[in-house]
Amino acid sequence: MKYAFFPGCVARGGCPELYQAATLICQRLGIELQEMPGASCTGAGVLQEKNEFLGDTLNARTFAMAENLGMQIMTICSTCQGVMSQANFRMRKDPEYLARVNKELAEEGLEYRGTADPKHLLWVMIEDVGLEKLTELITRPLAGIRMAPFYGCYLVRPTDALDMEDHPERLTALEQVIETLGATVVDFSGKTRCCGFPILTINETNSVAMVAKHTSDVKDLGADAMVTPCPLCHLNLDGYQPKAQAQAQRKIDMPILHLPQAIGLAMGISRKELGLQKHIMSTKALTMKVGAG
Amino acid sequence: MEVTVRIRRYDPEVENPESYWQDFPLTMDDSATVLDALIKIREQQDGTLSLRCSCRSSICGSCAMRINGQAGLACKTQVASAIDDASTIVIEPAGVMPVIKDLVVDFALFWDKIREVEPYLQPQGEEPEGEYIASNESMLHLSSVTSCIMCGACVSDCTVMEVDPTFLGPAALAKAYRFTADPRDGDAKGISQERLEKLAAPTGMWDCTRCGECVTACPKGVAPMDRIMALRDQAMEAGLNNSNGARHAEAFVEIVGHSGWLNEALLPVKTVGITNIPGLMSFLPVGWRALIHGKMPPLVHHNIEKVKNVRKLVKKLEDPPPE
Repeated sequence: MKYAFFPGCVARGGCPELYQAATLICQRLGIELQEMPGASCTGAGVLQEKNEFLGDTLNARTFAMAENLGMQIMTICSTCQGVMSQANFRMRKDPEYLARVNKELAEEGLEYRGTADPKHLLWVMIEDVGLEKLTELITRPLAGIRMAPFYGCYLVRPTDALDMEDHPERLTALEQVIETLGATVVDFSGKTRCCGFPILTINETNSVAMVAKHTSDVKDLGADAMVTPCPLCHLNLDGYQPKAQAQAQRKIDMPILHLPQAIGLAMGISRKELGLQKHIMSTKALTMKVGAG
Repeated sequence: MEVTVRIRRYDPEVENPESYWQDFPLTMDDSATVLDALIKIREQQDGTLSLRCSCRSSICGSCAMRINGQAGLACKTQVASAIDDASTIVIEPAGVMPVIKDLVVDFALFWDKIREVEPYLQPQGEEPEGEYIASNESMLHLSSVTSCIMCGACVSDCTVMEVDPTFLGPAALAKAYRFTADPRDGDAKGISQERLEKLAAPTGMWDCTRCGECVTACPKGVAPMDRIMALRDQAMEAGLNNSNGARHAEAFVEIVGHSGWLNEALLPVKTVGITNIPGLMSFLPVGWRALIHGKMPPLVHHNIEKVKNVRKLVKKLEDPPPE
């Protein structure tokens, strides 16, 4: 199983532990990853506010590179996934629009033929690898751990671009993986809501209030940790939890795991290799409970 | 079909009022809507169940509520598609707005926001001799926004309004777009400068998180978030660039157009403005914590391979040569 790997900017920037953990679990799952060093940022939806056509063209450029490698794209970021899916949705349904995009790519000698189907690692886990294969690789089940899912907006909305009708399993993918790891799912209504990251530099009070709400909600439900396939959600829920605690005037202390870290823990990979010491909110109590030191 | 409707009830007139769940088992036709079920409960099981409804055909916008955790119209949702494996439907009042009784919420907040955007045409140029002429194209473009039935589903599920009721919110901002995008509103060129200035202020268009909840909730295809993104584009086009939101979008394009990918250390600096010392200082505690945990983004930001091609694309599409 081989994919054109699109880690996204954050896994190569503020969340190096995500990149590290993802590569480690992919090795064990037999997923080969081929980097695309010429691929650009997806635009994260922000660039699209200013110029959607530019954003779609940049994503088509990446898709064309993957087509030339003869591989499908795999990402480890909910936001990248959503933005790529939306761009792909617009281009695939409108050949004239795609032709306009391709006109811009021609100068670089690239053409997007419309065959890309980018998939987040979470979807790859349930659709391509299969949970049976994951089960076989679990050596340290997360028994007794209560884990809350947190998807990230871009991995759940809009449902048409994300092909939810043909893939209803995507709506519960995170819970399915958590259960496969042996942990107990802490279900809560905030799991598909916004973490607040996109407005962090625009309205920090509101952004931090969202962090406080979600982390307190799962704390009150007895969760040991939250797990997310989105590094931007991680950055906010983890990095701004100290501010959220101050704003909400309560201790929350909720570890926020990247999806590959949770999987890696159950595969018996060490705390250090998974970069669990690199979080702002300590993961020590959790890893002790799991028996990972 | 046998179903259980689980309803979040609330009666303000009892002593120490608190909301509670109540289950109603009932038999429904396969073609029944959630509203049919609620009316049947009220008529046959509990006459005290309060809800708003009128047209039963998604025109009046009265029966918005949360169905299985997501806002929508009870009259537009089929029972058969809403039941889970245990044949249960979970019904709650709309979110964000305070509950008056059971499924009835207080819309004062909703209407205040709509009024705040002055929802009527405000032409500023010289009055024409005859009618104001608007092209078919421009009106067709607005037709999906004008389909809003003011049901409040988008407001119910707005992630920002949930934590901050001062936010203008999806319904009012979409309504505002209906006027800023109308060629008859604003100056002779149809630019609604004053409106955009107000909408670009704090609590306005830049406070939206782009979470997409309102697009999913809207039963009429108004897609409020898409209108908010269009408002941001209009504001930047109109030269309203002196906000963190506008600087954020512009810095993002600039950074990607330079190195091909995001420079996480530079983006917040450019967003709050390089000369905004208090704004920059506010990042220090977070930056420090990131640094000691080994999470600081690399300060030396290398370019992607073949970055020249990305630079060319950004330059050309951001600054198209005159035709």
